Amino acid sequence: MTKAKQRFSALAGSLVLLTGLLVATDALAADDAIAAGKKIAFDRKKGNCLACHQIEGGTLMGNIGPPLMVMKQRYPDKAKLRAQIWDPTRNNPRTIMPPFGKHRILSEKEIDLVTEFIYSL
Amino acid sequence: MKKIATLLLSAGLVATATQALASSPEEDLQKFRAYFQEKFPGLKLDDFGNGAYALDESKRLQWESMEEFPPYEEFVDKGREIWEKPFKNGKSFADCFGSDPSKVRVRYPHWDAKTKQVVTLEGDINKCLKENGEKPFKWKKGPIAWLSAFFGYEARGQKINVKIPNDPDAIKAYEHGRHFFYAKRGQLNMACADCHVKYAGHFIRGNLLSPVLGHVTHFPVYRAKWAKKSKNGDGLGTLHRRYGGCNKQVRARPFKAQSKVYRDLEFFHQYMSNGLTINAPGYRE
Repeated sequence: MTKAKQRFSALAGSLVLLTGLLVATDALAADDAIAAGKKIAFDRKKGNCLACHQIEGGTLMGNIGPPLMVMKQRYPDKAKLRAQIWDPTRNNPRTIMPPFGKHRILSEKEIDLVTEFIYSL
Repeated sequence: MKKIATLLLSAGLVATATQALASSPEEDLQKFRAYFQEKFPGLKLDDFGNGAYALDESKRLQWESMEEFPPYEEFVDKGREIWEKPFKNGKSFADCFGSDPSKVRVRYPHWDAKTKQVVTLEGDINKCLKENGEKPFKWKKGPIAWLSAFFGYEARGQKINVKIPNDPDAIKAYEHGRHFFYAKRGQLNMACADCHVKYAGHFIRGNLLSPVLGHVTHFPVYRAKWAKKSKNGDGLGTLHRRYGGCNKQVRARPFKAQSKVYRDLEFFHQYMSNGLTINAPGYRE
């Protein structure tokens, strides 16, 4: 093995290691985002989603909106789910659901996290 | 295509809204009652005066046991004392309201053709005090709620009977109140009607949403929530105190008690419960 080759394989090895690490970090980040989103969704002063929706793991849940489950089938496009949380009045001007983004009830970042959580249900 | 559908839909909505505006208060009342009687077919008209407790058996049982030894009684008694105590000038509330306290509640709210505005019971209580050189009460709780609760208690068994005279200004006040009731409001973008018409009978978290039909019969109301906040267990509050609380809950800026907007809302709100039996004051969570 030439020196150049040795260097190359070492580089390749560390690249593999690095990619693996990155994937793991990504998975961890996704889990973290879901957990953070859940916290916001369940917080009465933030998303307060349980006021109207049934969500696994919730207590004293309302029954005004539909239960939040199998969300990936109901919203194959995550962006559409986010848009629905951001401003549900676009689809239905008379909906009781608050426009969380449009009325700045939640920040853009918080809506991202809530979307991750709801999408995971 | 979707755009066209949306356009058509919104045009439809506009048409319905215009039609609704053109209907008379009597027609509104009939439609309103029919809606609730269809939504809750098991209930008699007067059952609606019991609010959410008419809809949920276990909540009703808890409530009935509260009403056996009602926590508001001592405050109704305080109201009676206020009624009986003469002013410094020797006159009393009877000089403003007539000698029979059971005949007072059913006259309110009403349209005053001279001043062109809605007159409420609480408004006339303070007017009476001022005219007799006394200091008016604060609007939302305390003595004004005690005296109003006493009038309500004395009027138990009589029926809400608000009259909307055929005067364009009175109709305008009624329409103003009606519009307020159906309009979206606050950061949460909710209308009174969203919770108390469309989703009446549903749960919002652990709370059962009451139908608006029958809301006013038990006001002033004694709320456990308010009693907890007070130092002496006084949970009584006026209708306008509750309006302010509801507005705050949808994160809207509340209007002042007895402001024109709340008086007009009360005109509409009470009218919609015409024919229901007064059962004030009532206990609520």
